[in-house]
Amino acid sequence: MMNVHPVKGPVATGGERPHEADHPTSLVASFGADQPLRLDCGVDLAPFQIAYQTYGTLNADKSNAILVCHALTMDQHVANVHPITGKPGGWLTLVGPGKPIDTDRYFVICSNVIGSCMGSTGPASTNPATGKVWGLDFPVITIPDMVRAQAMLVDRLGIDKLFCVVGGSMGGMQVLQWSVAYPERVFSAMPIACATRHSAQNIAFHELGRQAVMADPDWAHGRYVETGAHPHRGLAVARMAAHITYLSDAALHRKFGRRMQDRELPTFSFDADFQVESYLRYQGSSFVERFDANSYLYLTRAMDYFDIAADHHGVLAAAFRGTQTRFCVVSFTSDWLFPTPESRAIVHALNAGGARVSFAEVETDKGHDAFLLDEPEFIDIARAFLHSAATARGLDRAGR
Amino acid sequence: MAVQESLPLEPPARTTLRVHRADHLLVADMVEPGSKVLDVGCGEGDLMQLLESRGVDCRGIELSREGVNRCVSRGLAVVQGDADTDLDNYTADAFDYVILSQTLQATRQPRVVLENLLRIGRRAIVSFPNFGYINMRLQLLINGQMPRTDNLPATWYDTPNTHFCTIKDFVLLCDEIDVKMERAVALDRYGRPLRLNAPWWFWNMFGEQGVFLLSRAEKKHHAAPGDYIAP
Repeated sequence: MMNVHPVKGPVATGGERPHEADHPTSLVASFGADQPLRLDCGVDLAPFQIAYQTYGTLNADKSNAILVCHALTMDQHVANVHPITGKPGGWLTLVGPGKPIDTDRYFVICSNVIGSCMGSTGPASTNPATGKVWGLDFPVITIPDMVRAQAMLVDRLGIDKLFCVVGGSMGGMQVLQWSVAYPERVFSAMPIACATRHSAQNIAFHELGRQAVMADPDWAHGRYVETGAHPHRGLAVARMAAHITYLSDAALHRKFGRRMQDRELPTFSFDADFQVESYLRYQGSSFVERFDANSYLYLTRAMDYFDIAADHHGVLAAAFRGTQTRFCVVSFTSDWLFPTPESRAIVHALNAGGARVSFAEVETDKGHDAFLLDEPEFIDIARAFLHSAATARGLDRAGR
Repeated sequence: MAVQESLPLEPPARTTLRVHRADHLLVADMVEPGSKVLDVGCGEGDLMQLLESRGVDCRGIELSREGVNRCVSRGLAVVQGDADTDLDNYTADAFDYVILSQTLQATRQPRVVLENLLRIGRRAIVSFPNFGYINMRLQLLINGQMPRTDNLPATWYDTPNTHFCTIKDFVLLCDEIDVKMERAVALDRYGRPLRLNAPWWFWNMFGEQGVFLLSRAEKKHHAAPGDYIAP
């Protein structure tokens, strides 16, 4: 038996956030010059590190490991209070003791993706060759690169075959990539609210966000760490635009309607008269405190480049041919970022490849973000799928 | 031919007390253990669960979200989809059997669906309510109203069923598209098979539903009532 518990790293304060890129507040796997990460862009990245968090206990035959793949701007702290921000974990509805991803039963791993700024090597990390922050000198990262790095971490943990790989949105793309790149290492997979390629509309939204960042004079062509100014305004606008795509009109209406903020009448100005405006401004400003602008550029780019079929001569089904992995694909009715037809395309390709696949569309008005929220129908499906997969894998209630 | 023995009139030996529908038991008996099955319109997965308990590898398609989610929560591999449109996405010979249980009458294009079933599967098993059933006929003849039964309780204006047929109609369709009938069974309102040596008209009159095991015709063959060609 191997016991792994979340370990707190050096305590950092909010102001030292760029520091977190090099010294994260979680476990770290470091890979030296002899173990480079082969990137799709042709660069061998070395040395590099991956920050990760684990929950639960790995069983004796190492058959109960679940890899959780986080979404775009989230991090490895899926089921614990974030040591710096003090905010609850990103996926507490799904991960934890007694939850569908039951940390009493499974050994849960979540790594910060390569290219992010929460402890895995990325543009906010220090370039060992120059001693300065990478910035735009950092090579462009793809979803397959992220997955390759995760595979090296999983190797490091001594796990041959993951019981399940699960994730939503960008995490869902990683799940799909895992099942295509390492089919024999994935017993079951749960791609949620995602697609096998990023749509033109989604690329357009990402470009809007990137342009907002790059239009901020403080961005300084990506060298803002040296100037000491952070492109707060540009990044906040990018986040506001993105945040709208995570919600739905119905959810925004239910939450805010056209209600005014702290006033009865419009001020006939460009103050945040409407509640929805101040909500978005808050979302934007709290985001810039925790996220690196260049990382945002790199991660959105990685999603844009994602296209599984393109790597298989345009035939999606070829990517999944002969797979033995059990799949559960989930979409949400009001998700307009990754609408149900995108999930259906995954399912058709899996079916054509003869895969054992379940697919459910969950009715909700909460939009794309629903996969992180308490949606009882979704929670039930996740629990049932994992339980039946665990039974097929021969795992008992205690994960042995 | 010895058919009577092969009809599973008692539930299979299981530890659960779950009572299986008579037509499900009959359908399950037509499937060879260890084969791969696609259940089109699988509802809440009762038939699939019965088949999986007998070692059959099952996949399902279901139109209703509630049905799909119920199936997934039972650990079954089911996707949400429409028999009329989604079957095109399945490759030929992908399954040993494709089952269409009490769903044919709810499809928009039964003939196209039937052809698809026999493209995707080596064999197809189709069961449907017989609109030539005596009760149906009497309701229209005597009451002058669109028939309703316990199994088909919906009124004419809110039924999902758009293409009703009789056993005779179905046999004629199979003939037209060169489908080989390997086995045909008519069940009465209690789910019991009708007399095997009865003529077709008797089945068409007194069968509440028909269950057919079909395969692609290599040469034309027409099953007589109760006729059974061992697979």
